[in-house]
Amino acid sequence: MKEQILTISSIEKLQDDIFKTVLIGDCSEISAPGQFINIKLNGFFLRRPVSIADYTENSLTIIYKTVGKGTKYMSTLPVGKSLQVLMPLGNGFSLEKIEKALSHSLSDAAAPVLIGGGIGLPPIFSLAKGLMKRGITPVVIAGFNSKSDVILENEFKAIGISPIITTVDGTYGKKGLVTEPFSELLLKLHRAYVCTCGPEPMLKAIHQLAADGQFSFEARMACGFGACMGCSCKTKYGNKRICTDGPILEKEEIIW
Amino acid sequence: MVNLSAMEKESQTMSFQPSYANQNSSPDKRIFDTRVNLCGLTLDNPVIPASGTFGYGQEFAKLYDINILGSISFKGTTPNERFGNPLPRIAECPQGMLNSVGLQNPGVEVVTARELPELAKIYSKPVIANISGFSIEDYVTCAKAMDKENQVGIIEVNISCPNVHNGGMAFGTSAREAAEVTEAVMSVTSKPVFMKLSPNVTDVAGIAKACEDAGAAGISLINTLLGMRIDINRRKPVLANKMGGFSGPAIFPVALRMVYQVSQAVDIPIIGMGGVSSADDVIEMMMAGATAVQIGAANLVNPYICKEIIEELPEKMKALGIQNINEIIGVIE
Ligand SMILES: Cc1cc2nc3c(=O)[nH]c(=O)nc-3n(C[C@H](O)[C@H](O)[C@H](O)COP(=O)(O)OP(=O)(O)OC[C@H]3O[C@@H](n4cnc5c(N)ncnc54)[C@H](O)[C@@H]3O)c2cc1C
Ligand SMILES: Cc1cc2nc3c(=O)[nH]c(=O)nc-3n(C[C@H](O)[C@H](O)[C@H](O)COP(=O)(O)O)c2cc1C
Ligand code: FES
Repeated sequence: MKEQILTISSIEKLQDDIFKTVLIGDCSEISAPGQFINIKLNGFFLRRPVSIADYTENSLTIIYKTVGKGTKYMSTLPVGKSLQVLMPLGNGFSLEKIEKALSHSLSDAAAPVLIGGGIGLPPIFSLAKGLMKRGITPVVIAGFNSKSDVILENEFKAIGISPIITTVDGTYGKKGLVTEPFSELLLKLHRAYVCTCGPEPMLKAIHQLAADGQFSFEARMACGFGACMGCSCKTKYGNKRICTDGPILEKEEIIW
Repeated sequence: MVNLSAMEKESQTMSFQPSYANQNSSPDKRIFDTRVNLCGLTLDNPVIPASGTFGYGQEFAKLYDINILGSISFKGTTPNERFGNPLPRIAECPQGMLNSVGLQNPGVEVVTARELPELAKIYSKPVIANISGFSIEDYVTCAKAMDKENQVGIIEVNISCPNVHNGGMAFGTSAREAAEVTEAVMSVTSKPVFMKLSPNVTDVAGIAKACEDAGAAGISLINTLLGMRIDINRRKPVLANKMGGFSGPAIFPVALRMVYQVSQAVDIPIIGMGGVSSADDVIEMMMAGATAVQIGAANLVNPYICKEIIEELPEKMKALGIQNINEIIGVIE
């Protein structure tokens, strides 16, 4: 982790309140999908943590919902502006563990199931890309509240994945929650290995259904790099900091 | 009075060699002496990360050589492991933050057996052991354990944590109880004892004086101010614990005022803190009466802040015509 100066190369509106910003600079330290960055914004005391949705050696993409003053400000910044960013933060998804789980499990679970809920989908996209590079095509389920929240469908298609989309109000894709298509999948892939990011109630529901997997958590953070104990949670293996020991926890260690 | 002979002995056994690392960078800076003395301990400079905002140094040591720091006050230690308060524990404020961490730490045995040996690998100077508790016995237990630790140069007694019930701050809001804790801790250690005071009181100078009279070697202040935020959309407090400790640049004027008031009331050294985030702030705190200065919340948003301040100090001193930083301690009458 270190402080990098990244420059905004583009900002695109994906939905009324969802934006995609591409930042350019040294991103060579990013070591796994699911890691995040912590962005300093003028006029705000605390930095804003945002997941890395996509990355190369010298650029990264973030996708964020404008829920408050900080994210709204972020969406109005001009192209060319430089930002102070602490990165990369957190452990990220372990591709090795996914590969290991696949090789150990019954032949019916040849593909991992990736589930993203709402604004939790961006790191799932980055994970899907990482898996495709290793020759693993995951099943992707993306859940949203409504059609006006749907993001990344075309990006997934562009890398060769057709995500199963659900909306709570039924305005797009299948009506309902991500757990419904997931339960259907489980009828065929009993021991599916799942990787997921999204609101906590969704994570909890998936935790009850899945045999094994990796779960990405969120917490209000002050530092984002392990110094303040602002983001602690209890796990089977003792207290962990979501920012540094997470944000990804393994299914079997999670205590609700 | 302060047990000087014990402290002199302590500072000799510390095998502490002042380094001049921060003064070699350019010939110009060598003449600006940033060293300060806290009860027999010579610090290379007055800059110390504050308890609870620097962990045990490990995260920062990955970013820069933390041996440049004057000292380090590590996370508050209690006799037993504590998880702390439920989440959310963090809320943002204009120019600051609230925390309701609630003294999360692995307990004194793990701190001395695991964290301090690890800290010794990355930091070779004396450190400040910040201890906390819910009863006088708790403070005594921690002080006894820290007394045995070679690298501990000062024991800083937190009687001001606003985030724990029945204890913590309660001791720091009564002059009599603050004196009782001071005496109890003094009786089990020969190391200098600094009492860390709460700003959530009407007469901070009176409490400082009571600690001095009870034998404290020094005073640390301020801890956080008790604060609160409400999420107006959800109609609920932002913090699960409802209230939390307010820190960051917003509290600097309050902290400065209290450091000044205490420096007028006592003759023992003061470690000043509260909102410090620049070399100018360090100098201002020292002019108000602080011998050394701790940096808290600023570390969390800029992990390089202590390094930047230490590097900037000689230039600031030059600009202000200060040869030796001790000249400015308490210059405000
Ligand atoms: C590891 C991690 C990854 C994240 N990734 C994304 C992402 O990819 N896309 C995205 O849209 N959002 C993401 N979030 C949530 C994002 O950090 C918040 O939406 C954002 O901080 C809100 O800031 P604000 O100023 O707009 O809101 P305000 O409510 O005005 O913010 C006030 C304070 O609360 C904090 N806060 C508010 N909501 C959250 C939240 N949900 N989680 C953590 N802190 C919060 C802010 O950081 C700030 O300190 C992530 C959070 C974490 C912890
Ligand atoms: C996240 C956090 C945790 C803290 N934990 C402790 C602690 O364990 N013991 C203690 O004495 N003070 C603790 N403090 C208080 C600081 O050491 C300091 O007194 C206070 O924050 C004021 O300084 P600042 O404005 O520079 O942060 C904590 C502060 C913060 C922000
Ligand atoms: S946010 Fe500071 S330790 Fe995780």
